[in-house]
Amino acid sequence: MTATTAPTTAAHGDDHAHGGGHYTSLGLDNRKVAIWTFIGSECMLFASLISTYLIYKGKSPEGPFPHESWTNPSTGEVMKPILDIPVTSASTFVLLMSSVAMVMALNAVQTKYQPKITTWDKIKGSSKLWLWVTALLGTIFLMFQAYEFTSFVHEGLTIRTNLFGSSFFTLTGFHGAHVTVGVLWLFTLLAIDYKRGLEPKDALLVDISALYWHFVDVVWIVIFPLIYLIK
Amino acid sequence: MASHSDAHAHEHPGPGTYGIIALILTVITIAEVSAYYYRPWEESAIYVPSMLTMSAVKFFLVVAYYMHLKYDHKLFRSLFTGPLLVAGLTMIGLLFLFSKLVLRLGLLS
Repeated sequence: MTATTAPTTAAHGDDHAHGGGHYTSLGLDNRKVAIWTFIGSECMLFASLISTYLIYKGKSPEGPFPHESWTNPSTGEVMKPILDIPVTSASTFVLLMSSVAMVMALNAVQTKYQPKITTWDKIKGSSKLWLWVTALLGTIFLMFQAYEFTSFVHEGLTIRTNLFGSSFFTLTGFHGAHVTVGVLWLFTLLAIDYKRGLEPKDALLVDISALYWHFVDVVWIVIFPLIYLIK
Repeated sequence: MASHSDAHAHEHPGPGTYGIIALILTVITIAEVSAYYYRPWEESAIYVPSMLTMSAVKFFLVVAYYMHLKYDHKLFRSLFTGPLLVAGLTMIGLLFLFSKLVLRLGLLS
């Protein structure tokens, strides 16, 4: 696939290949090809982390355990299973809703110059609002994760405690790092939006970040039942 | 350069569709969590398959509608589904290799 510089004919006067992008010989913007290739490689990264978690599942000789009670060896106290399903269910819902906000942000940028008559038209046409909502929900998800990690450490589970701790913190920590990158990316989009306003010609910039954001959401869609709901 | 219009001629769904998908995702998530707490379902043989199915449906909905893969160029579909297939087969292979699936499916006592 060879790359050519972006044509300037009217036929290409849509939301693609602005800001220094190039078309491939298939007529696809190279940045979008790149993000899909990156997402494909990320699928394999997370598959390896999930596989590791599943292989080590139930093989920790001593607690804390995710779904079973365990006895604290130092105090002899019987402890509850360590996973907090209600808290994680709430954080899962927050991340799902952030994807909705992200797709609304993209829609707002793409339809910026469509007439906005009703209040709802103005709300759904505000890219700043939807980007803020997405970033806020992503931050709330990270706060849930920070709370979860902190409470686990207080209950005696660290990355060095047992096989469950090692594989759990590695998998969810990698996911959390991806969410953090996504939130930072959203703030850069917000900075652009405040500085000069995101135009329909910038839709590809938002589309690429949205693809990344939705990907971290689908990874969580897989992780949530595998770790938290299936014993 | 007509092919360019083909490559970009994706009619993305609107806010209405996004709202419906959000509603479906919410309902499935509620069903997943409810199943965890509903003892007869949680102890039944269909619990794990039902969880995996609900997760797969959510995965498909987000990828197809929010990531617009249903509407985008087939190259993007290949760039995603190809590695996803490799990743899935690798997972299954590793789980067989380390006996997890063999034991769960009752192929080895």
